[in-house]
Amino acid sequence: MARDLLRVEDLSTRFFTGEGQVNAVESVSFDVREGEILGIVGESGSGKSVTALSLVDLVESPGRVTAGQVWLRNPDLAEEFPDAADGEFVDLRELPKGLRRSLRGPTFSMIFQDPMSSFNPSITVGEQIAEAVEVQRRAKANPRSTRSRTQGYGLASYLVDGVVPGRDYTEDASHERAVELLEQVGIPDPAERADEYPHEFSGGMLQRAMIAQALAGEPDLLVADEPTTALDVTIQAQILELLRDIQAERDMSIVLITHDLGVIARMCDRVGVMYAGEIVERGTLEDVFDDPVHPYTQGLIGSIPDLDDPAPRLQPIEGNVPSLLDSEMDERCYFADRCPKAMRDCLEPPGEREAGGEEHAARCVLVDHEYDELDALPDDYFEPEGGDR
Amino acid sequence: MSDDRTLLEVEGLKKHYAENATLLDRLLGNERQSVKAVDGVSFRVEQGETLGLVGESGCGKSTTGETLLALEEATAGDVRFDGESVFEMTGAERAEFRRRAQVVFQDPFSSLDPRMTAGEIITEPLVVHDIADREERRDRAKELLERVGLSAGQVDRYPHEFSGGQRQRIGIARALALDPEFIVLDEPVSALDVSVQAQILNLLEDLQEELGLTYLFIAHDLSVVRHISDRVAVMYLGEIVERGPVDAIFEDPQHPYTGKLLESVPRADTSERGRRVDALEGDVPSPRNPPEGCRFHTRCPYAREACRAEVPGTYDAGVSGQRTACFRAVESHEYWESDPLDLDAADVDGEGSTAEADD
Repeated sequence: MARDLLRVEDLSTRFFTGEGQVNAVESVSFDVREGEILGIVGESGSGKSVTALSLVDLVESPGRVTAGQVWLRNPDLAEEFPDAADGEFVDLRELPKGLRRSLRGPTFSMIFQDPMSSFNPSITVGEQIAEAVEVQRRAKANPRSTRSRTQGYGLASYLVDGVVPGRDYTEDASHERAVELLEQVGIPDPAERADEYPHEFSGGMLQRAMIAQALAGEPDLLVADEPTTALDVTIQAQILELLRDIQAERDMSIVLITHDLGVIARMCDRVGVMYAGEIVERGTLEDVFDDPVHPYTQGLIGSIPDLDDPAPRLQPIEGNVPSLLDSEMDERCYFADRCPKAMRDCLEPPGEREAGGEEHAARCVLVDHEYDELDALPDDYFEPEGGDR
Repeated sequence: MSDDRTLLEVEGLKKHYAENATLLDRLLGNERQSVKAVDGVSFRVEQGETLGLVGESGCGKSTTGETLLALEEATAGDVRFDGESVFEMTGAERAEFRRRAQVVFQDPFSSLDPRMTAGEIITEPLVVHDIADREERRDRAKELLERVGLSAGQVDRYPHEFSGGQRQRIGIARALALDPEFIVLDEPVSALDVSVQAQILNLLEDLQEELGLTYLFIAHDLSVVRHISDRVAVMYLGEIVERGPVDAIFEDPQHPYTGKLLESVPRADTSERGRRVDALEGDVPSPRNPPEGCRFHTRCPYAREACRAEVPGTYDAGVSGQRTACFRAVESHEYWESDPLDLDAADVDGEGSTAEADD
């Protein structure tokens, strides 16, 4: 079995908004092995994207990672920072901020859902990728200076820019590397396309360019947040093939975040299902798809119309995705109000239990005992008192 | 489900959007370019059935829906609703058509006025058509709310108080307010999460059965289209490339584009794992300047010289009622004698347009 590259333990991320505290990620644990594609699936508001951002340390104010550890296998760093180390692993959250940032690129990289808004529209695609290459090159030379143009170089630089607007930040070597990267992600005529602006690229081509940019630092782990959601199904197929090819070539690990169970099934070895900020079930693809124990996972699978064998009637999950406002979340199983098998036991927060099989685990009391109708919660248990339904 | 009475008949429908000529174009006498969003589409919808109109973004499926309801002015072609030509209707006839044919839009967040209550939104069609007084309208709104799975007590709430799925229910209630016979459902579930999507699909099926509705269901999601449709039409670049009974289209597609589309869809099943997809290469060409001959020939793995030279008609293929716009369905066609197209060369031809492919 491949070694772990990353171990996430009890990671929690909160957003402190005007309306109150939002518990976007709630004590999430999983590990990522070397050379695997790990899938995280969930509906909107399940916390899957915030989990991704928390991994690469990109959660922005008013959000903050409030608890947990992200252990990265890196013997060199473990030696340098013994206080934050556990064997060969080092807790990223204990490292100095500058060093953490310098890991972005050579260790982690991320691609996002919408390539159009991830590129600067006024700079050529090639230049933007060359810049990523340049940042990595400088970071290698001096880990403390990893600023890119978008972060600026201070007042002096600002004044110089005013006088010499076309000042190049990238060297020819970086530009050549950018063209090489564009070629590797399957962009035809990469040398010419490198001089074009983002609006001259189609959605699929721009997503390829974003992957090229993410590969600039030769990362060990690529975090892909809904990389094909904005694309048509035929273009999605191209991008998924590309991701799988570069994963195999470079023996990278990929964390693939999506709402599409089909994408998970095609790409992933193991999968975690998120609901209301928690991973409610995880295991191998077979565990989760063929033998799901959590009623949410079962409901999710029952909601999807089958392309090859259409069922006469879908089995949806009733109700709606819950609010993640701390003040509105009771200490209980967060799925209980929509769960067809909710029982008295579900009013306690369920811990994660092993569900048979080496990898299979779920946050559900049904792992321990069968559904008992005598113990069931009344249908209207979660209706607000004096409510109108 | 259908009793074989044609409710809607679309014949050679075209919708071109003209681009404004720039001053330079005028001085140079350049021809004005137009975007050929829908370019000669024909189909029928039978009473009580669901016709699925499926295609990728920019293929013209939504424009087809809007144009056949006369929400957009057609460039050419004819639409007959219950035997009457929609584009020639005047005054009272047009009003009656507007009552009988309704539409539900994709985005439940932008298609409801945030300053109107659910009740006002649902009964606005009644106000427009001057039906019923205030009290009766309110009763009707409550009845419709219950009909679509909300509660009568929510009649005075505003859209922001509802979730996405609930808002889409309000959109459906509004479409039902005038007792229509025909509803164009334009991507009604694509903005929703899968668990909520399934609720709405079930609701639409229930309503169809109870009220005898006829649907034109426009979507890009093939699994959803297969689930809900009786017959399907597949669009590519402003044209219908294949149509027929749903099972035939999904199990034995006759057009190479339909086949590629189906192959691309990731199935939510463990057998999907590691499946290599022979993905369709390249992007959709620009609808400003669609390829000569068969519009799919620049990406088609079976393309031959004949596909570039000649525009295909529609031919019977597969089961009864299945029609495809591909020469390969015609045994005696000269396609079979012509040379294979060099796809790479074709790529170079289409290169200038790939950048504009996305809309």
